[in-house]
Amino acid sequence: MKQFITFVRKEFLHIFRDSRTMLILLGMPMVQMLLFGFAITTEVRNTKVAVFDPSQSMETRAIKERFDASEYFTIAEEIRDVSRINDVFKYGEIGLVMVFSDDFENELHQGGDAAVQLITDGTEPNQASMITGYASNILAQSMQELSESSSAPCRIIPEIRMLYNPQAESAYNFVPGVMGMILMLICAMMTSIAIVREKENGTMEILLVSPMKPIYIILSKVTPYFTLSLVNLITILLLSVYVLGVPIAGSLSLLFFVSVIFIFLALSLGLLISNVVNTQVAAMLVSGMGLMMPVMLLSGLIFPVESMPIPLQCLSAIVPARWYVDAIRKIMIQGAEIQFVLKEIGILLFVTVALVALSLKTFKNRLN
Amino acid sequence: MPSVSVSRLSKSYNSIKALDDVSFDVPKGELFGIIGPDGAGKTTLFRLLTTLILPDGGSAVIEGLDVVKDYAAVRHIIGYMPGKFSLYQDLTVEENLNFFATVFNTTVKENYHLIEDIYKHIEPFKTRRAGKLSGGMKQKLALSCALIHKPKVLFLDEPTTGVDPVSRKEFWEMLLKLKSQGITIIVSTPYMDEARLCDRIALMQNGNFLRIDSPENIIASYPQKLWSVTSDNMHGLLNDLRSCPYVKSSFSFGASYHVTMEENMTVAILNEYLINKGYGNIDIREIEPTVEDCFMLMLKEEGQ
Amino acid sequence: MKEEYVIQAENLTKRFGDFTAVDHITFNVRKGEIFGFLGANGAGKTTAMRMLCGLSRPTEGKGTVAGFDIDREPEKVKRNIGYMSQKFSLYEDLKVWENLRLYGGIYGMKDKEIAEKTDAVLRSIDMETERDTMVCDLPLGWKQKLAFAVSTFHNPKIVFLDEPTGGVDPITRRRFWEQIYGAAASGITVFVTTHYMDEAEYCDRVSIMVDGRIKALDRPMALRNKFGVSDMDEVFRMLAREATRKGD
Repeated sequence: MKQFITFVRKEFLHIFRDSRTMLILLGMPMVQMLLFGFAITTEVRNTKVAVFDPSQSMETRAIKERFDASEYFTIAEEIRDVSRINDVFKYGEIGLVMVFSDDFENELHQGGDAAVQLITDGTEPNQASMITGYASNILAQSMQELSESSSAPCRIIPEIRMLYNPQAESAYNFVPGVMGMILMLICAMMTSIAIVREKENGTMEILLVSPMKPIYIILSKVTPYFTLSLVNLITILLLSVYVLGVPIAGSLSLLFFVSVIFIFLALSLGLLISNVVNTQVAAMLVSGMGLMMPVMLLSGLIFPVESMPIPLQCLSAIVPARWYVDAIRKIMIQGAEIQFVLKEIGILLFVTVALVALSLKTFKNRLN
Repeated sequence: MPSVSVSRLSKSYNSIKALDDVSFDVPKGELFGIIGPDGAGKTTLFRLLTTLILPDGGSAVIEGLDVVKDYAAVRHIIGYMPGKFSLYQDLTVEENLNFFATVFNTTVKENYHLIEDIYKHIEPFKTRRAGKLSGGMKQKLALSCALIHKPKVLFLDEPTTGVDPVSRKEFWEMLLKLKSQGITIIVSTPYMDEARLCDRIALMQNGNFLRIDSPENIIASYPQKLWSVTSDNMHGLLNDLRSCPYVKSSFSFGASYHVTMEENMTVAILNEYLINKGYGNIDIREIEPTVEDCFMLMLKEEGQ
Repeated sequence: MKEEYVIQAENLTKRFGDFTAVDHITFNVRKGEIFGFLGANGAGKTTAMRMLCGLSRPTEGKGTVAGFDIDREPEKVKRNIGYMSQKFSLYEDLKVWENLRLYGGIYGMKDKEIAEKTDAVLRSIDMETERDTMVCDLPLGWKQKLAFAVSTFHNPKIVFLDEPTGGVDPITRRRFWEQIYGAAASGITVFVTTHYMDEAEYCDRVSIMVDGRIKALDRPMALRNKFGVSDMDEVFRMLAREATRKGD
């Protein structure tokens, strides 16, 4: 036991004395969270609006004028052709498309109910919901004005559609993604580098020749990174709740439970890498290219898995981080209970057990 | 029972025979030197003996324990200083020593007497990071770390490579002291001058032992007379000596040339030959060969 | 007649913080000379050599190498020197001739010149048949030979050798020194560091550094006579014993 404690203390000294390691370990999570967090726009001002207005009536003109007069919107384009609606977003200028029904004024005066479709770009879900909020507000004001001037009561019913992101997934989906990436980075990459460094220094030879059991060597190498991962997990959660204002919808203990499984998974991956490579550079390349890239690209951190082509979706299924990110997303954002993430937990547990077994099996108590 | 007993040990990497059927015994308390250039197979031999790699053939027994079967027990009784060993650069002297003591299930206090002579040189710097020590001090710290668990057999793989002559001499003085405490020491080195300090040496080349014997015996068995030659113009002398038909070999050795001659050749004839070539201040005298002379002769014979 | 100096160092000093690694060293090296630069680990040899190669700026003092100021014209210094270290700066995964072509190219030699020089060099080091061999397949001694040829390929005025003979067998080591003699005879100045004291004897002159200063500088024989000892090893030990510095 004393051996173990001394060894762990030594590992912590390595980490604390290397400013670069410290920076990666503690600075990286913060920087990533803040970068992703502030990349999200929450302000709506002078959003350009495209209008499809087949009736060109007085009423619709009044509504358009009201939009144009507000500080939030500017009418930028009149669309003549329905089929162009989808195209206008592609040029990135237009933030909202307003589509009046063919016979807007008659519907309004005769039936009392008229529909307006508000179409926004769902790739920025946060901004899209703000825009529709303001737009609905202006429509409500117009409705009141029209009601006062007309004899019969009338209603305008806004019908909201988000293009590209029909489920209106929250903008804060990146938080689980960053968690997956950071944990992978710290556990797998840092652990493998720390072990391989001993190989490069020749100190691994001494450790192997010593009476210390290889399992202790592994455990004591892994413990500091396990601890640091937990610290980072807590940092990320605190940042996301208090700085970015993303609440944790589900159970905190479930969140930690799933995270700990994932940490073990990543640690054993790191161990596995360190068993097969002999230089720090190789360890960095393998964990960087082999682990980080898939996590970034295939786990839904940057691109939603649902909108990937089928082959990539299949590929993403073998990236363990994808299942972790999925589970965390469900728990944290959607507030799911344990029964809804059983599949993810099961997959993660299975992979972890397999990897631990594999890395213990490939750990050599000799050199070659 | 010998402390280390090696029998027909072999190890190949791909098609290269790193160690080719090597056998030797080292009695308890001996200082055994393995002398040879890089690539001779010294490191492979050390790794086999310290249970770090498995042999292709043959066996090795250390203090009665087989390096393959009883590898765990062997690891308790040996100390090892690998060639590229560089300690933990970011830990202090003291932290390094404490760490290795704990890893080997002991404390610095318990065996301090063993390392005292060595460690007291570096103790004033015990709070300094190992990476900031000079080559000679690093080596002392490494030796202290390898000794802290009181091993029965100590393996040192090129401990003095790249170290200046003064630190090297100090290091060998420490080894001689350790030997007097009964520790068996197996040490490798590329420096021939260190060979004389060993009880016995093995001259190694291409995975083979060319010869195992005491330095005295090796020198005594040098088959020819060896001459040292100097003159006023050393630069041209070497070529002229080599082109002399009666000179068998001629190599530079510090300030003079070491020359072997054919049987019927005499100093007088060589002297005359050199005078005719225009040399002055010619000095030719018979000398006792060094281990290096012997090794070079063996390499030449091996080459033919 | 004024002697031609290719290296001149005057009060050359390098400080790192409050640590003076090289402390006012002054010496000259003649053209075609083999100059041995000795010293214990941490005496400041490497730092001094880096300054002379234009890799590190002196804190104080001045130096010229091949006629160029090491502080103001380091790029010109680099063009006129060759360098070889113990690690043999050869590309292991390139063939012998490809290594030579590469270095010729780096120093801006013309293709035709490179081709001619390659033939001449390979002939002189007796490696014509190894032209297409991968460097990693060469024995250590041959690599060393080739590394030296590479470092002098662009006809430098001076070649710096940093412990060039570490780890090779005694015969190869001596052959290597014969190669050095050949280079010196053709007018190249050789500046060499070593831990083998017998090699110090092969130098025309040696300097011995202790604690950042040059404590002795003369022909090996003169040094031996001055200290009244029979070999350089003892000269070195007597001087190094005075050292107080312990850190690198």
